[in-house]
Amino acid sequence: MATATVSEKSTRTVALIGNPNTGKSSLFNALCGLNARVGNYPGVTVEQKVGRLTGSKLSIDVVDLPGTYSLAARSADEAVAVSVLSGELAHQAAPEVAIVILDASNVERNFYLFSQVYELGLPVIAVLNMWDRVEVEGLTVDAEMISKRLGVPVVCTSANKRKGIDELRRTIEQTLQSPRTPPTSAQLARALFPDAFHQEAQKLAEWLHLKGRKTSLYQVDRLLIDSDGHFQKSLCQSGLHEINTQIEQARERLQLAGCKVPMFETKARYGWIRQLLDGTVTRKESRSASSSDRIDRWLTHRWVGMLVFALIMFVVFQSLWWFAKWPMDGIQWIQSQASSGIEAFLPPGALRSLLVDGVIAGVGGVVLFVPQIAILFFFIAVLEDCGYMARAAFVMDKLMTSVGLSGKSFLPLMSSFACAVPGIMATRTIENRRDRMVTLLIAPLMSCSARIPVYVLMVSAFVPAIKYAGGWISLQGIVLMGMQSIGAIVAIPVAWLLKRFFFPGEPATFLMELHSYKWPSMFVIYQRVWERVVSFVARAGSLIFCTTILVWAACYFPGDHKLLDQSVASLEQLQSKQAVDPVSVEEKHMDEKLGEVNRLRSELIETSFLGRVGHRIEPIVKPLGWDWKIGVAVIASFPAREVIIATLGTIYSLGTGEDENSQSLQDQMQQARHSDGRPVFSLATAMSIMVFFALCAQCSATLMTIRRETNSWRWPIFSFVYMTTLAYIGAWLTYQFFEAWS
Amino acid sequence: MNIRLDELSPGESATILEILGNDVIASRLMEMGLIDGEEIRMVGRAPMGDPTEFSVRGYRLSLRKTESCRVLVTKGS
Repeated sequence: MATATVSEKSTRTVALIGNPNTGKSSLFNALCGLNARVGNYPGVTVEQKVGRLTGSKLSIDVVDLPGTYSLAARSADEAVAVSVLSGELAHQAAPEVAIVILDASNVERNFYLFSQVYELGLPVIAVLNMWDRVEVEGLTVDAEMISKRLGVPVVCTSANKRKGIDELRRTIEQTLQSPRTPPTSAQLARALFPDAFHQEAQKLAEWLHLKGRKTSLYQVDRLLIDSDGHFQKSLCQSGLHEINTQIEQARERLQLAGCKVPMFETKARYGWIRQLLDGTVTRKESRSASSSDRIDRWLTHRWVGMLVFALIMFVVFQSLWWFAKWPMDGIQWIQSQASSGIEAFLPPGALRSLLVDGVIAGVGGVVLFVPQIAILFFFIAVLEDCGYMARAAFVMDKLMTSVGLSGKSFLPLMSSFACAVPGIMATRTIENRRDRMVTLLIAPLMSCSARIPVYVLMVSAFVPAIKYAGGWISLQGIVLMGMQSIGAIVAIPVAWLLKRFFFPGEPATFLMELHSYKWPSMFVIYQRVWERVVSFVARAGSLIFCTTILVWAACYFPGDHKLLDQSVASLEQLQSKQAVDPVSVEEKHMDEKLGEVNRLRSELIETSFLGRVGHRIEPIVKPLGWDWKIGVAVIASFPAREVIIATLGTIYSLGTGEDENSQSLQDQMQQARHSDGRPVFSLATAMSIMVFFALCAQCSATLMTIRRETNSWRWPIFSFVYMTTLAYIGAWLTYQFFEAWS
Repeated sequence: MNIRLDELSPGESATILEILGNDVIASRLMEMGLIDGEEIRMVGRAPMGDPTEFSVRGYRLSLRKTESCRVLVTKGS
């Protein structure tokens, strides 16, 4: 206990803050390695990332704050940044030093945030990152002069090349150990605010003091400047409603005195920056900048730009499909090898079933996603780091605004056509929270590759093979295409409703920086891919695994498996005998045994928990044209959609190895009859099942990824409920339509 | 000649006169460095006509029409 308190006390905390796209996450990784602790700030979906500074004798925690252009505290990200830096959060140790990371090739705009952080009163370190870009872009920056004028250490780094990191590490240690000299008020940008404002700020500070509120000078400034800002809201919530009239009156007085709020603040800060940087930055037209312009002229060209964009997206999408296929086949092969290994080793029984159908299937169901995640994030890292990602958003923005999103939503949504899991993870590239949440919630509606087996099975068994236009167009093809697009079409009104009712607020601004093009850094790509894969396996993977085990148990228990185990054992004996000497075993005998095993399996699933639930929910699924067997198969497919085929195979006594092209499964389904002799599967039923699968959230991996990405159970539950409701209504309408039509 | 920023043609430069309004969009524009007296150049439009790329304070900024129409500029002197 004593040691714990000592180590806690000796742990120092520093915070890392900066504009978006300044290489902040690369710098964080360079300082802390890839072992960050990731959590959530309570009450808001803002990720809390804390790492331990590597290579230092002191134990220093680095808090990575969300990327922001300003500390005005209007958005949740900015409010969190201000609260952490002011040491207001109970569960986050107050940082002793603020490290402000700036883009060295764009210092002027980047110093805006610095000027605000500087006023919080913490010791500050300025990091001029992307230092390697300075020379390339024809700039010179006098870091020493800036440091002298500010009285603050300035470190030049190239985080993507791991340059300057040791110096930064030493500077952090020194700043923590040496006593600080806080900036004089004349050194701050605040000194350039008009006198009228200083007087009002003084008045408001005194008033708050009288009311017994402890507020920093910076907070008082923000109260006066930001209309309806974060601090005003939180003071109101704590019961101090008079603050609203106080602020209103103060603003009116400022207006009369000719002090324009909020314009005077930005003017004063940029004026301060001009003074600070005067003579320290020179710019000459460089070859790199003009070549970047030349590339850009083509990449944002009316026709060529669209063509290049389409081509790049085509490559990304095809890679997700094809390159992921080989490792995924490999994973499935290993899975089947492991299963047969266990089957040879263990006698039939509960343990074997748990290992094969629960554990191996569960692990496989997690690892299976890794190739797609790695491939997608490889492309995202390359495109982001070379500067094309922002152009892609630039090119696509008009189209995406027509459905209420922004250009940045395009890639995550397109990736979701291969698989929603990497698609949802890719929504991290969207800075605007509302856009990100809406994109993340509609991504599972895009038709992913796991839905295709379900469509193929249903279409080939129940949609007549009619051809039109001399055999060029087939009805089956049309139905397949319809199923592939239905989710995306439904997503448009869903996105609108989500924006309107669940994420109301000011219209999103799309102020986006367009960096000049550069060669991507291998370091950054490797880090990005590794970080995403580990985070998926470690955090979503365990939940996906648990779901698979739970569903396995619901299919296995209760039920006496003795008879089945015996039959399986004798079947396997026959099989091994046949392998040694093919003539010794009669084919008929084998078939009989196999039929018996499959029949027993089907009986056991009927009496299992899942089968009972299936019977119980039959009245609910009846309006969709389903019987209890389909109900069971749909529930059993919760871990992954394609599982429905294997479950249908088991229920229809065909064994567990059926796939979507299996003729016997198609025959069995065509022959299945209700107790009154009507066929179970009609075209209407098949269509209703397909529409259900197009819209439902039967994929635990997707839901667990949403849980992981939003750090809350609220959103996966919300997704499941809204998508299942949508799927049910869609399937019902489809069934009614086709019943009436046929 | 006073016009709105979204009325500039590719390659044209202008000087910022005023940011209209005092809402979030106006504050964001100012925070990004669009302040009266600052020179701004229109670089080009996206293939579908919106958003537009501008060059200001030595960096490139993409603005939607709904944002750039809030900036009053003056062309030439």
